[in-house]
Amino acid sequence: MNKRLSSFFVYTLLTLGALAMVFPFVWMVLTSLKSFQELFDLRWLPQEPTLENYREVLFGTQFPRWFLNSLVVAGVTTVSVLFFDSLVGYTLAKLRFPGKNLIFVLILATLMVPTEMLIIPWYVMSVDYGWVNTFWGILFPGLISAFGVFLMRQFFESLPSDLLDAGRIDGLSEFGVFWRVAFPLVRPALAALGIFTFLGNWNAFLWPLVIIQTPEMRTLPVGVALFSGEAGTAWHLIMAASSLAVIPVLIVFFIFQRQIIEGVVLTGVKG
Amino acid sequence: MKRSRLSLATREALWAYAFLLIPLAFFLFIRIWPAFQALWLSLYDWNADPAKRAFVGLEHYAQMAQDPLIARSLRNTLLYTLIGVPAQLVLGLGIALLLNAVTRERLRDVFRAIYFAPYVTPAVAVAWVFSWMLSANFGVVNEMLRAVGLPAQDFLRNPSLALPTVTAVVVWQNLGFQVVLFLAGLQNIPRDYYEAARIDGADGRQLFRHITLPLLNPVMVFSAVIGTIAFLQLFTQVVNLSFTDQGGPLHSTLTVALYIYQVAFGRFDLGYAAAITVLLFAIILLITLVQLRLLSRRVEY
Repeated sequence: MNKRLSSFFVYTLLTLGALAMVFPFVWMVLTSLKSFQELFDLRWLPQEPTLENYREVLFGTQFPRWFLNSLVVAGVTTVSVLFFDSLVGYTLAKLRFPGKNLIFVLILATLMVPTEMLIIPWYVMSVDYGWVNTFWGILFPGLISAFGVFLMRQFFESLPSDLLDAGRIDGLSEFGVFWRVAFPLVRPALAALGIFTFLGNWNAFLWPLVIIQTPEMRTLPVGVALFSGEAGTAWHLIMAASSLAVIPVLIVFFIFQRQIIEGVVLTGVKG
Repeated sequence: MKRSRLSLATREALWAYAFLLIPLAFFLFIRIWPAFQALWLSLYDWNADPAKRAFVGLEHYAQMAQDPLIARSLRNTLLYTLIGVPAQLVLGLGIALLLNAVTRERLRDVFRAIYFAPYVTPAVAVAWVFSWMLSANFGVVNEMLRAVGLPAQDFLRNPSLALPTVTAVVVWQNLGFQVVLFLAGLQNIPRDYYEAARIDGADGRQLFRHITLPLLNPVMVFSAVIGTIAFLQLFTQVVNLSFTDQGGPLHSTLTVALYIYQVAFGRFDLGYAAAITVLLFAIILLITLVQLRLLSRRVEY
């Protein structure tokens, strides 16, 4: 095929595909700027763009609180996962002790169990211990991730053991060797794991839906879903709420897109 | 230097156990024990008062065989997977091949980021945006159909269209993940292979069949397995795409995960719901093992 023709073909297809990816976001924002009357007049652009919908969502609902709740849940979970997953990954990769393989297999085996199977026992447990409708209740299942352990173990394995021994000779305790020598050396892996843990928990829906009972405890996805369910055909408000949920994520994504995409590749290839 | 009373090996082991104490407790009590508890709960009729939980043995499993909604949700879940996973793989590979042909690196990165963006956005919001775009009378998709002279469709409320529509939305959202993986896989293939084959007179189609496809096999297996597991657990999009009529018209979009949710937290029949989760677990395990067996072929050059 003619070279210029084939590159024209490549760019045309890619652009069409990209339009299909972008259009829903554009449509969401356009709708969120319309008034209720304008929703149904079949014109694409808002004739009198208004921020009234955003005002209504931000001040007429507990949206800011839901945003904050998600920030707390995703933030705490991410810090916990980064710390414990690297500690376990490091221990399994670099320390010698009886029962190591058994423990590794045990942790890996938990990856086979789907969340659906666990939510009922978690719920029963939460009722027994009074964790229903609390932050602890929302976030306890995600505090350590088996996938993250697996990933971090791979990365720690590629660290030369001489480096760690040098730390020991300098008089660091075993924890010091992990925390001061090994931990800082796996930063790329930590960045990838951290971003995915944060996003995964920021977007999580099933378990939060089960465990949250009152409006002020809702996370962002649960808040948006239940608000939209009640809003019925008030699509201008639903799209404003959706925009408020989506746009911050998109901004963060486009700032860190290189790291995020490299993170996917890293987990996909290594994991 | 003070001599430690313990040998170095013992010290190292003690440190290791200290490091693992909290994580192991977590995995045992939050991940492993509850899995067995689900099995155990499935043998009982649920009651909030533990003293009133009646042992029913395998009755819930027999009940599943008679439950038309189990059959329906299983059938739907398999359909989602059978349509969604291949669609994701083919489209993902296609777009990755196109991207790989883009020589300007900046431009390629921009395209890649655009395709990937939906993957990071909250599925709940995405589902609501699509349910607005696809709505029967005022949805923009139907406006476009009418503009080109095609009949409007009630995508989410027509029982025969609802499931493919939900699948399309999920594929739209997951596509970027596949694209990124495949593109990385393509860029890992050494250029020399293609050049050597071309000198031997291979044409484009032969290069694709004998070099690209076999060398991408590990990536394909990975995305097929990940994609299948995700589709078998489909919940968020199904709930939010038809929120007032969960499970869709005539249960046409009902998935196993959604049915579990309805039985457990709508009817509070936790024992029966637990039995269905055991079934879902068995299905996921079986399909994953079969896939790994069938799809993985080692390729060495």
